[in-house]
Amino acid sequence: MEYIWAGLLAIGFVAGILSGRLEEVTKAAFDSAGRAVELSIGLLGIICLWSGLMKIMEKSGVINIIARMARPFLRILFPQLIGNDRAMGAIVMNLAANFMGLGNAATPLGIKAMQELQKVNTRKDTASDAMCMFLVLNTSAIQLIPATVIAIRSDAGSAAPAEITSCIWAASLCASIAGITAVNVFRRLGKVGQREIPGQGDRSLVPPGGTRDLSPCPGKLYHQPGRRVRGRPLSYGNGNAEKKKTG
Amino acid sequence: MIRVFLSVFSAISLYAVPVIILAILASGILRNVKIYEAFTEGASEGISTVIKILPQLVGILTAVGVFRASGALDFVIKLLTPAATLLGIPAEAMPLALLRPVSGSASLALVSDIIREYGPDSYAGRVVSTMMGSTETIFYTLAVYYGAVGIKNIRYTLAAALIADGVSVIASAWICALVFGR
Repeated sequence: MEYIWAGLLAIGFVAGILSGRLEEVTKAAFDSAGRAVELSIGLLGIICLWSGLMKIMEKSGVINIIARMARPFLRILFPQLIGNDRAMGAIVMNLAANFMGLGNAATPLGIKAMQELQKVNTRKDTASDAMCMFLVLNTSAIQLIPATVIAIRSDAGSAAPAEITSCIWAASLCASIAGITAVNVFRRLGKVGQREIPGQGDRSLVPPGGTRDLSPCPGKLYHQPGRRVRGRPLSYGNGNAEKKKTG
Repeated sequence: MIRVFLSVFSAISLYAVPVIILAILASGILRNVKIYEAFTEGASEGISTVIKILPQLVGILTAVGVFRASGALDFVIKLLTPAATLLGIPAEAMPLALLRPVSGSASLALVSDIIREYGPDSYAGRVVSTMMGSTETIFYTLAVYYGAVGIKNIRYTLAAALIADGVSVIASAWICALVFGR
């Protein structure tokens, strides 16, 4: 992030000097900063609303039910999160909101998911593999009805504004597959030279194929709040269960 | 046909949020949760989330704004157009392909422009529509989501997301050519 940010700014200003558009560039810098504040303020209300609703879902246990339903699908993509119902539930809610095109609801739910992933992240300033997978899925996710695009097309007098829907599905699917593959390749590449911190048990370092079978009983034990799992140090999932018990 | 389909969908999206909120409230009441207390507790957490995102958004959006306004983005577009043509991406769609990960509102304006100019049912019009629908504003999404939890080192996320985005762009052009012809 350091290099990307510095690179964008440096290239921008240098190119602005070279092309003599310095005035526009400076104006763009201030305008964008202002727009960022507007965006954040715009997000404030909906994020508070959905954070509040998510809290109710957490306390009523609905999140656990949703997470359990989605587990067969999500455990392939997020082997690290088996048993972490809050994270899985939030991920499912975010992907579902994205799928339905409910942009306003998707962002707060996605942030919630990130916060849950951060709780089980061993290095707090560095993205975990689960976070990378979640965000790549999120940015390449399929939308059921691309309403905005259809609206633009129909506005421009298209004979069949919605005809591109299936093309969008197909292209999104290609993107998701490419994204998941890329994450898995990078994850394996990143493993080289990386050492597991003893006791922390970063399960993301285990090759994806072998991970699922490692847990003694993947489905049953972990998702029950308050139940201790024998023979394993504090790790993903359990940490949450304990927190829930005390909190 | 499409009109019926669209009206059914708009009805679904109209009811989705109220129904979800009602279901959440009902589940809370059924499980004896103090729902208002839980709600305000969660909502106050939301405030600190937004405060964490704000500086990140200012940083990213400013950098992106400067990069675009300086003409650097246009230069990259010109540089990449020959390669894109080889991959089957129409030159008209190239600006969108590069703008899309960077700015959502600007891409939307660009899509409207391209569609108006070439027609919604032209090859270029269909390709940009498909591209717009199948890609995301990656920089914004990463800034918001990572900003909210204070992650500094995003490792390979951007690379993987851009790979997915590139595949989406190429796939949009190929699929449209396949389905509708050029």
